[in-house]
This record gives sequence, structure tokens and C-alpha cells, in this order.
Amino acid sequence: MRTLPRRLGVAIIVGAIVAFLSLKLNPFRDYQIAEIAVEVTAVAGLTVLTGLSGQISLGNGAFMAVGAYTTALLLLHLNWPFYLVLVIAAAATAVIGAVVGIAAARLHGPYLAGATLMLGVALPAIAYVYPATFGGDQGLNVVFTTPAFLGVNFPPTRWLAWVAALVALITLVLLANLDRSRIGRNWRAVRDDEVAAALDGINVAAARIRAFVVSATSAGLAGALLAIVTGTVAPGAFTITLSIALLTAAVIGGLGSLPGALWGSLVIVLVPTYVTDVSTSHGLSSTVGSNIPIAAYGVVLILVMLLFPHGIQGGLLRLISAFTGPNEKSRIRRSAPTPHVTPSADQATASQHEKEGTS
Amino acid sequence: MVEFLQFTLSGIVFGMVYAAIALSLVLIWRGTRLLNFAQGGMAMLTTYVAIEVIYKTHSYWAGFVVALVAGLVLGAICELTVVRPTTGKPELNAVIVTIGLLILIEGLAGILFGGQYRSFPAAFSITGIKVGGTPIGVSPFDVFVAAAVLVTTLALAVVFRYTSAGLRMRAAAFNPTIARLSGIRVARVLTVGWALAGLLGALAGVLVSPSTFLYPNSMDTIFVFGFTAAVIGGLDSPVGAVVGGLLLGVALSYAGGYLGSNVTVLFALGILVAVLMVRPDGLFAGARMRRV
Repeated sequence: MRTLPRRLGVAIIVGAIVAFLSLKLNPFRDYQIAEIAVEVTAVAGLTVLTGLSGQISLGNGAFMAVGAYTTALLLLHLNWPFYLVLVIAAAATAVIGAVVGIAAARLHGPYLAGATLMLGVALPAIAYVYPATFGGDQGLNVVFTTPAFLGVNFPPTRWLAWVAALVALITLVLLANLDRSRIGRNWRAVRDDEVAAALDGINVAAARIRAFVVSATSAGLAGALLAIVTGTVAPGAFTITLSIALLTAAVIGGLGSLPGALWGSLVIVLVPTYVTDVSTSHGLSSTVGSNIPIAAYGVVLILVMLLFPHGIQGGLLRLISAFTGPNEKSRIRRSAPTPHVTPSADQATASQHEKEGTS
Repeated sequence: MVEFLQFTLSGIVFGMVYAAIALSLVLIWRGTRLLNFAQGGMAMLTTYVAIEVIYKTHSYWAGFVVALVAGLVLGAICELTVVRPTTGKPELNAVIVTIGLLILIEGLAGILFGGQYRSFPAAFSITGIKVGGTPIGVSPFDVFVAAAVLVTTLALAVVFRYTSAGLRMRAAAFNPTIARLSGIRVARVLTVGWALAGLLGALAGVLVSPSTFLYPNSMDTIFVFGFTAAVIGGLDSPVGAVVGGLLLGVALSYAGGYLGSNVTVLFALGILVAVLMVRPDGLFAGARMRRV
């Protein structure tokens, strides 16, 4: 019971830092805070799915689309208050997540990756098929007003940043509690060894589906936030690039780690912006200048993966343990995505062959 | 009826391109248990190399050959420089490394060649063949596309089945440890596997670009469908890759032709889900063992 107050404390401190930053920095930084909050919400859900329950998803962008379109439609046609819209959007994505989870429960590895990838490509295409409802290529506009009590001079982006950061923090606290609950332990058991988990009386399929529901709900909340932050919901925002960026952020940050979700989101939002700033300030031509951030981002991904096998969070924990002694090392191992760290590549591939029965 | 024939034939042609990408993914999967997300990007880069050579030499075939060689070299370089250091690390790290590689290659292509759409020449006429006055939906170039993929696939099959190099590759994929104990240099075999995958990707890039234009992201969709084809067929089965590619190509051609291009991706999702519900490891999956 002591962990809940501690996590709430951490969340309140982080919230205070965000509020302080947003008061000190300019509106563009407010927009970035909102962007990072959207990203963290989605990545945290994905890191739970992939890192804790062991299921890969390359289609969480589709769940974000569901949340975003639900939000846009409710705000547009019914004009409900945002907190209510948020709940409905979360519920709608949870239902879709359950359906996908049921379909995905039997799939493993690349087959799950392929199925979710296609989901991520196909679901946003529905917007083109029903342009009357979803606005087709143009999408839907979202009007989100700053409440009157803040006064007319309050920057709208600051309010957006606050709302997004609050939702992100609440999501993180809830996910952290799930992580350490019986549900989270069951996920890890299923991830590490399905047969052993089943023999221990864990309903493997239910655990896997539950993980998909949690992950989809987080993505749906992120989608709802994205709708109000960008002010428009169009299929172009939910490409396969988005889904891949989410998985990338989860792995870069440290798979299965909620602080890692924050580090990963910071990397994928800030690195491209930072490199763009540097390259424009050096007066590079637009063709080169607009592509250098892309290339640099690719290099960063490769380097982080090669230098920090357990992501940024794993690297940080190792750094801490270097100062505080070996006690902290167990935490690194606990957050590691794959339990079997084999010394040589051959053994790793060999054991996979045994598992999957290749011929 | 004529329409049906047209959709079928053009579906087979696109299906052969998906099959080439699927085969390259299967080659890498069997060797390194890794999904190579950079496969489409690598193919895009070698196609740019081809177009530059064609501009310089005014010879399509020079560009064609250089692209294939560039694919071989690029595949080997990628394996040696960024993929090999991921061995022994968590599985997903290698996947993220290939995603990083894809982004890096697309960025480099933008820097070197610019982002504008470029048309890519075809080796033969692209006007439809007519039989008795009615067009059958394929051009002489389409016939070349299908034939080129078919010949390459058969050549690979022969190499794998009847040469000692092929035997070594199959042994290394089947059980790396025992293969190494038998004196096979597994690491070199993996590099060769990546090189061959690079060649297949390069072939697909050169063959598909006349109908899609060439730009840094031009192979993304082709990659997604190639990946889908590999998953439908089963990632361990080269035959499955070809069957999956043809199945997907023809099905998408019908969907696009009869229902409109908006629904093709939804149709692809439907096929994939239907196949995986019945066969969770693809159509041509081997027997499944489970370690208890």
C-alpha cells in the first residue's frame, strides 16, 4: 500500500515540473510538451503490451485513430464536455482492443507483427471509404476551447499542454499500478513461459487479451489528446510511420519500463526537431536540410540499440548500479524484455529453432 | 469475363513483385530470425543507383545489372555493419536497428537524390498486349516482370537444393550450432543470405518502379504487401512466399478492380486475418514443436 502514495507523489512532482516549464517557456515549447504527453500515453500502453505481456504490435496507431475519430465526432456532433468524451473514446478503443486481442491471442512473433502492421495500415483507410462520416482525406476539425476562468490572455497551447500532461500522468500512474499487481505478474509469467504460466493456473489467452485492451485504451486516450492538440483528425496522421515510431520509442526507452516510455518519447519528438534547428541554422539547402534530421534520427536509433541493449532506462539503471552497488542490478534484469540472455548468437537462434520447430 | 482475365493477369504480375520481397524476407528470417524492415528502403536505394546509371550510360540493362550487384553489396554491408552487432541482444533490438536503417537510407536517398517523384524506364513496351483485338491487361514488360522473378526464384531454388553452398546455407538456417560444429562458417553464410536478399529486393525495386514512380518512400507500400505475403505463406517457407505473393496480388487486383482502390488495404487485412485464424503460422508452416 505504500507504493500508491509514492507513485502519486512522483506524478505530482513531475506534473509540477511540467507546469513550471510550461509557464517559463514559449508557446512552441508548450506544443512540444503536449506532443510528448500524447506520445508518452501511447508508448506507455505499448511498452506494457510488448514488454510485459510479450506481444508485439505494429498497429497501435490504428487504436490512436479510433480514439481520435471518436473524440472528433463526439465534439463535432454532440459537443459533450471533454472529460466525458475522453472516457467514451477510451471505452470505444478498449472494445476494439478486445476484438483485436481475441484475434491476436493465438499469434506469435512475426505473424503478430504482420497482422498488427496490416491493421495499422488498413484501419485508417476506413476514413476514405466513408468520407461522409469521417471527412475523407481532409478529415474532421476539432474545436477545443480554453475554459473561461483562465482569462482571455491565457495561451491556448498552454492549456492543451496541461490537459495532455495530466491525462498522460494519470495513465502512467494507473499503468504502474497494473504493472505491480497480480495482472502484471501474470503478464510477465505468460511472456516468459506460456506453458509454465498455464500450468500455474493462469488463463494465458485472457492475460494476453487483457494486455491488448490496456494497450489499446492507452493508445485511444493518446488519440483523443492528439485530436485536441492538432485540432484536426485526418487519416494522414495515422500512417504506419506513427505505429512504427511508437514501437521504436518503447524499445529505445527500455521495453517494459514506464520511465523508459518517457525517455523514448523525448527521443522521437525532440531529436528530429533539434537536428532540424541545427541544420537550418547552418544554412543548408532545403533538400539536404530537410533530410539530414531523418538520416540522423536513423543513426540515433541504431546507435542507442547497439550501445544500450536494454534501452535508455536500462543504461540509466546500469549507471546507477555502478555507484550504488550490485543491488540495483536485479531491477535491470526484471525490466529486461527477454529473459534468456544467451552468450552466443548461435545458441540464441538454436533455442528459437527448438521453440518454433523450424524445418 | 475479359475484365476478370485482365484483373487476374495484372494481379499475378504484382503478385510476383510481392513474392520477390517476401522471398527476400524469408531468406533473412530463416538465417537470422529477424524481420528486415529496411528491405524496401534498400530496394529503393538500389533503384536510384540504377536510374543514375541509366542516365549516364543510356542503357537500361547496364542499370539493371548494376542495381542487382548493388543489392548484393548493400545486403552484405548492412549485415556486417549494423545487424551482426545485435546478435546476443534482445530480439526486438535487431528489429529496431533495421527500422533505424530504413530511416537512415530514406534520409540518405533524400539528401543524395532529392525528394521529387522520378519516372523509371521499363525494359519493354508498357502498352497492353491484345489478343484478337481485346487487351488482356498485361504488357510485354509485365511478362518480363513475372518471368524475371520466376527465373530468379527457380535459380535460387536450384542453388539451395543442388549445390554445396546451398546445402551449407540450409544447414546454417536449420541448426547454427551443429552447422558450425560441422565446419560451416555460419557467420559468412548469414552474410551471403543477406546479400541474396538484397539482390531479390533490388530486382523487385527495378521491376516495380516503372508503375509506381521512384521517391524515397516509394517502396514502403510494396514492402508492407511483401511482408503480408510472407506472413500469409509462412516466414519459414520460400514456396509459401511465392504462393502468398501471388494470392495477395490477385486478391488485391480483384478488390481494386471490382470494389475500388480505397478498399484494397482493408481487403488485404481481411485475407491476412482469415489465413492466420486458420493457420497461425502461415499457410506453409511446418509442424510446430514446443519446448516444455
